[in-house]
Amino acid sequence: MILNILHSLPQVLIDGLALGAIYAVVALGYTMVYGILELINFAHGEIFMTGAFVGTGVLFLFQSTGWLSGMPGWVAYVLILAIAMLFTGLLGVGIERIAYKPLRKAPKLISLISAIGVSFVVQDLVRFISELRTGNYIISGITLFDKNVTIGTSSLGSWLGDASLKTNTIIIIVVAVLLMISLDFFINRTKWGVAMRAVAQDRETASLMSINVNKIIILTFFIGSALGGATGVLFAQQYGTIDPFIGYILGLKAFTAAVLGGIGNIRGAMFGGLVIGLLEMFASSNLGLLTNGSFGSEYKDVFAFMILIIVLIFKPEGLFGKAVKEKV
Amino acid sequence: MDKIKQALAQNSKMQALILVLLVSVTALSVYMTAKSVIAFLLLLASLLLLYYTSFSNKVKWIIGGVMLILVIPFASSGGPAYESYMEVATQSGIYIAMALGLNIVVGFAGLLDLGFVAFFAIGAYTYGIFSTAQANHFIPGDLFPISGSAFWLFIFVGGFMAALFGVILGLPVLRVKGDYLAIVTLGFGEMIRIIFNNLEKPVNITNGAKGISSIKPPNLFGFEFTHPHQFYFIVIAILAFVIFGVKRFEHSRMGRSWKAVRENEIAAQSMGVPLIRTKLTAFAVGASFSGMMGVVFAAKQTFIDPSSFTLLESITILVMVVLGGMGSVPGVILGAALITILNLQVLTEFTNWLNQLTLQGVVHIPFALSPSKMQRFIFGAILILFAVFRPNGLISVKNRRVNEKLIQERISSASVQKVNPQSGGIAQ
Amino acid sequence: MILKKVALMISVSALAMGLLAGCGTSTSTSTNSTTETTKPSSAVTKSVIKIATQSPLSGGSAVQGEAIKLGAQMSLDDHKVEFDKLGFELQLVPYDDQADPKKGVANAEIISADQSILGIVGHMNSGVAIPSSVVYEKNNIVMVSPSNTATEVTDRNLKVVNRIVARDDFQGPAAADYAFKTVKAKNIFVIQDKTAYGQGLAEAFKDAATKQGATIVGYEGITIGEKDFNGVLNIALSKKPDFVFFGGLYAEGGLLIKQARDKGITAPFMGADGWDTQGLVDVAGDKVKDALYASISTDITKTPDGMKWADQYKSKFGKAPDGYSAYAYDCMTIILNGIKTASSADGGKVPVREKVRDAVRATKDFQGVATKVSFDGKGDNTYAKVFIYKFEGPKYPGTMISEVGK
Repeated sequence: MILNILHSLPQVLIDGLALGAIYAVVALGYTMVYGILELINFAHGEIFMTGAFVGTGVLFLFQSTGWLSGMPGWVAYVLILAIAMLFTGLLGVGIERIAYKPLRKAPKLISLISAIGVSFVVQDLVRFISELRTGNYIISGITLFDKNVTIGTSSLGSWLGDASLKTNTIIIIVVAVLLMISLDFFINRTKWGVAMRAVAQDRETASLMSINVNKIIILTFFIGSALGGATGVLFAQQYGTIDPFIGYILGLKAFTAAVLGGIGNIRGAMFGGLVIGLLEMFASSNLGLLTNGSFGSEYKDVFAFMILIIVLIFKPEGLFGKAVKEKV
Repeated sequence: MDKIKQALAQNSKMQALILVLLVSVTALSVYMTAKSVIAFLLLLASLLLLYYTSFSNKVKWIIGGVMLILVIPFASSGGPAYESYMEVATQSGIYIAMALGLNIVVGFAGLLDLGFVAFFAIGAYTYGIFSTAQANHFIPGDLFPISGSAFWLFIFVGGFMAALFGVILGLPVLRVKGDYLAIVTLGFGEMIRIIFNNLEKPVNITNGAKGISSIKPPNLFGFEFTHPHQFYFIVIAILAFVIFGVKRFEHSRMGRSWKAVRENEIAAQSMGVPLIRTKLTAFAVGASFSGMMGVVFAAKQTFIDPSSFTLLESITILVMVVLGGMGSVPGVILGAALITILNLQVLTEFTNWLNQLTLQGVVHIPFALSPSKMQRFIFGAILILFAVFRPNGLISVKNRRVNEKLIQERISSASVQKVNPQSGGIAQ
Repeated sequence: MILKKVALMISVSALAMGLLAGCGTSTSTSTNSTTETTKPSSAVTKSVIKIATQSPLSGGSAVQGEAIKLGAQMSLDDHKVEFDKLGFELQLVPYDDQADPKKGVANAEIISADQSILGIVGHMNSGVAIPSSVVYEKNNIVMVSPSNTATEVTDRNLKVVNRIVARDDFQGPAAADYAFKTVKAKNIFVIQDKTAYGQGLAEAFKDAATKQGATIVGYEGITIGEKDFNGVLNIALSKKPDFVFFGGLYAEGGLLIKQARDKGITAPFMGADGWDTQGLVDVAGDKVKDALYASISTDITKTPDGMKWADQYKSKFGKAPDGYSAYAYDCMTIILNGIKTASSADGGKVPVREKVRDAVRATKDFQGVATKVSFDGKGDNTYAKVFIYKFEGPKYPGTMISEVGK
C-alpha cells in the first residue's frame, strides 16, 4: 500500500502544486480584503470565474479576428492576463462601490448577506452573457500551451513513478509565484503598501495620518480582484472548460486556505493555498487506498471542509496569524 | 387622500368591510375561474391585509385561521387547478416553517447559518430511510418499511433528530464567531449533502445519489394522504404549532437571551446569559422546525435525493428571512410565502406566457433570458438591495418600545394611583 | 403611521385589482364554469389539445433538454394539419424542470391542473421523473420518456409511465458485454459522477462486467461540476487498467478523457448516452478520438428516412439533432397517435386522459424515426436497443460500430 502511494507521489505532488498555486492566488484576494475591511468578500470566487470567462472570451475574439495566429503564444497569454486583470480589477472596485461601501458601518451580518447577493448576481450575469453568445454556459476555450512534459522522477529510485505535466502547469506555477512575489514586494516595500497595512491596522488612526482610506480600500479591491481574475485565466488555460459555477467551490477552498494561513496574512495565504492543494490531491488520490475502498475520492471535499472546521475551532488565528483579543 | 386613509385607519368597521369585500371577491374569482394565478395571489394577499388591520390579535388569529382552513381550500377547490394551488400552498407552508426556524438562528440569535438546509435533509432522510425498505440494509430483521401511520410519530422524531444534529454540529461550530460561523456552517451543510450522496458504501444507508423512492404516504386510521390538498392541512397544523412556538420563544427568557447575544455577546455574557447554551438552543429549535418539515417533504414527494438539499436551498431560505425582515415573525412568513410563490408560480407562468408568445412569433426572447432561469439573479438582487436599502426587510421588527408619554402620565397619576410596576411604562 | 399608510395603499390597490381580476375573469368563466361542472375537460369548447414537455432547459444538461423540447415540437408541428382536420388545435407547452425534483413536481401539478394537456414528453432525468410521475399517475396523464434509463422509473408499475429507450440494467450490461468481448478488457476501471444517472449506470456496468469475468480494478466517484480530475486519474494511472468506463455526463466525461490522455493513460474510455452529444467533442477536443459510448439512441443518419428527418430538423431549428431529438420526436408521435385512437373510439371528441393513457400503453409495433416501439406491461419498450459508437475524430456523432438488442 505504501509502495503504491510512494509510486504515484511525484505525480500527486505536481498536480497538487498546480492546484495549490491557483488556490494560493485566489486566497490572496480573500486575505487582502479581510485584512482591511474584516469582510469576507464572498463574491471573490465569482471574480475569479469572471476572469476565466473574460480571458477565454478575449482569446475567442483574437481567434475570430485572426490575430491569434499572427502572434506568439506567450504574447497572447500575457495580453489575456492583462485584459482579464484590468477587467476583474474594475469589477471588484464596482462591487465594492455598490454593495459594500454603503454598508461599511452596518453590522457584519448585513455586509455578508450583501456579498452573497453579489456572488449570485455575478454568476447569473455571466451565465446570461455566455448563453446569449454560445447557447450554452459550459464553454470550452482555446488552450495556448498544450504540450506534455515528463519528469523522470523514476530515475531517483525505482519506487518512484514518473510524473507528467502540461507546459501550462509550469506556466501556472511560474505566474502564480511571480504574482505572489510582486504582491509581497508591493505590500512590504512601497508607500502604497505601507498605507494599506496602516489602514488594515487601524482605519481611524490611518486617516489621521493623512491616508485616504477610501482610496486604499479601492486599491485593495482592485489588486485583490485583479489577482483573482488572473488566476481565472490560468485556470481556464489549464482545464480548457469553464462554467459560471466554478467560482463557488474553488472560492470556498481558497478561503479555507486563507484561514489556514491566518486570514489577513499575505504569506500565510500563499502557504495555506499550497497546503490545501497538496492535501486535496493527496486525499483524492489515496483515500480509497487508505480506507480499503470504503471511502473513495468523492470524499475529498469533505476532507477540505474538515480542515477548515478544525483550524477554525482549534486555531482560529491560523498557522501564521496573530491571535486578536476582542476589545470590549 | 390622506384624510381618507387616516379615517380608514381608525375605523375598524371600514377595515372589516374592505377585508370581507376583498376576500369574497377574490375567493369567488378563484372559485369560478379555471385557473387564475392573480386571483389566487390576491386571495392570499388578504391575509396580509388582515395583518395590517387594527383588530385585536385574537380576532386576527381567528379570522386568519378560518381563512386558511376553510376559505382558501374551499375557494380553490372550484376549478381543475385545485391541486396546483394546494401544491403551492403546501410548499409555501414548508418553506415558511423553515424560514421561521432560520429566523430564530439568524434573526433572533444573530448567527448566520448558511447550511440550514442540512437539517431539512436530516428530517427528510429520517423518514425516507425508515418508511422504505432502505433501512433493511443496515438494520437486520427485515422490519421495514414501517407503516404510514408512523408518519405522525416521525414528525417529532424528524424534528428531534434535526435538533440533535443541531446540537452536535453546534457544539464545535459555535466556538467560532461572526462571518467565520457563516463559512463553517456552509461547510457543514455541504459536508452533510456530500455524505448523504456517498453513503451507499461501505454500508448502504442513504442509497447515495440514486435517492430513496416509494416513500410511504402518511396514514391516519387507514386514510392515506397522497394529494397536495391533504398535505396542506398537515402543513397548516405543523405551521400553527411552529408559529405558536416561535411566538412563545420570542418573548420568553430564552428569546431575550438570544437577542442579547445578537446585540453584544460580551455584554450579554457579563449580564449572566450562558453563551453556549443560548446559542445551542437557538440552533436546536431552529433545526427542529426544519426537521419536521423535512419529514412532511419526504412523505409528500415520495422520493428524496441529495440534489434537493443544495446550497441554493439554504440561500433561498436566507433570502426569505432577509426579504421579510430578520427577527420579524410576520415578515419572515411573508418573505417565505412571496419567494415560494415567485419560484413556483409566477416565474413559471411568466415563462410559459413568454414561450407561448415566442411560439406564436409575437416576440422573440432569447432562451438565456427566460425568467425561470433568473432565480439566482433575482435572489442575489434581493439580497443586495435589501442589505443596502432596507436591512430591516418588508415588515421590520416591532420592538417593544418605551412610550415616554405614557410613562409621564403614569408618573403623574402615580401619586393618586399605584401602578403595577410590571406592566407600567411598557406599551406595545 | 407609515405602516398604516402603506397598508391602506396596499389594501386599496389590492381591492381595485381584485375587482378588475374578478370582472376580467367573470366574463370568460360564465361559459366555462358551466361546462366544467358537467365535464372535467373544460377545453371542449375550444378543442385545444396541449402536450407538455418537461426537460431541463436551464442548467448543466440544458443542451439535451432543449433537444428533447425541439424534437417534440417538430413532431407536433408535423401533425398539426392532420389534427386540424379532426377539429383539434395542437399546442406545445414546454416546461423547465431544471433537473430539480421539486421543480418537476410543482410543474407536474401545474400541468395536471390544465385539463387540455393530455400527455407529457419527458423527463430527461430519472431522478425528476420518479417523483413527478407520481403526480401524473394521480391525474392519469400519460408520460413517455425519451431518455429515462433508471430501472426504478418503470419498476413501480405506474399506469402512466412509458419509455422508449433501454433501461440501465440493459444499457450497462450491453456496454460491459462490448468491453469484455470485443475490446477484450480484463482490468476495468469504473468512474461515476455520483448522480442518480451515473451511479445507476456505473453499478449496472460493474455488476455485468464482474459477471462476465473481468476484474474491476477501481471504482471511484467524482464531483459533478468540478474541473480537476487528476486525483481520480492518478489512481487509474497506478492501477494500469486496460479499459475505463465512466457513468456520467459529457462535461465531466470530456475533461476526464482530456486529462487522462495528458497523463498518458492510453486505455480506451467508454461512456454511455450522457456522452451522446456535441458537447463531449467540444470539451475533449481532438482527444476524443477512439472514445466509445454506448447509447440508447441510434444513428438516424444511417437510414435514408432518418437522413431526411435530420435535414428537416436542421433546416427547421438551425442545428443538427442531438441524441435525444429523434427519440423525443417519436415520444410525441406516440402520444399523438394515442390521442387519435382514443378520440376516434370516443366519436371524434377530445378524449379523456384515462383513454389516452391506455391507448398509449397499448402501442404495438410503432415504427418511429429512431426506434420501433411496443410497450410491455410496465411501459418498457420491448424493441429498445443499445448501440455502441466510436469517435473516429473530433466529430459528433461517432461511428456506430455495434448494436445490441434484447
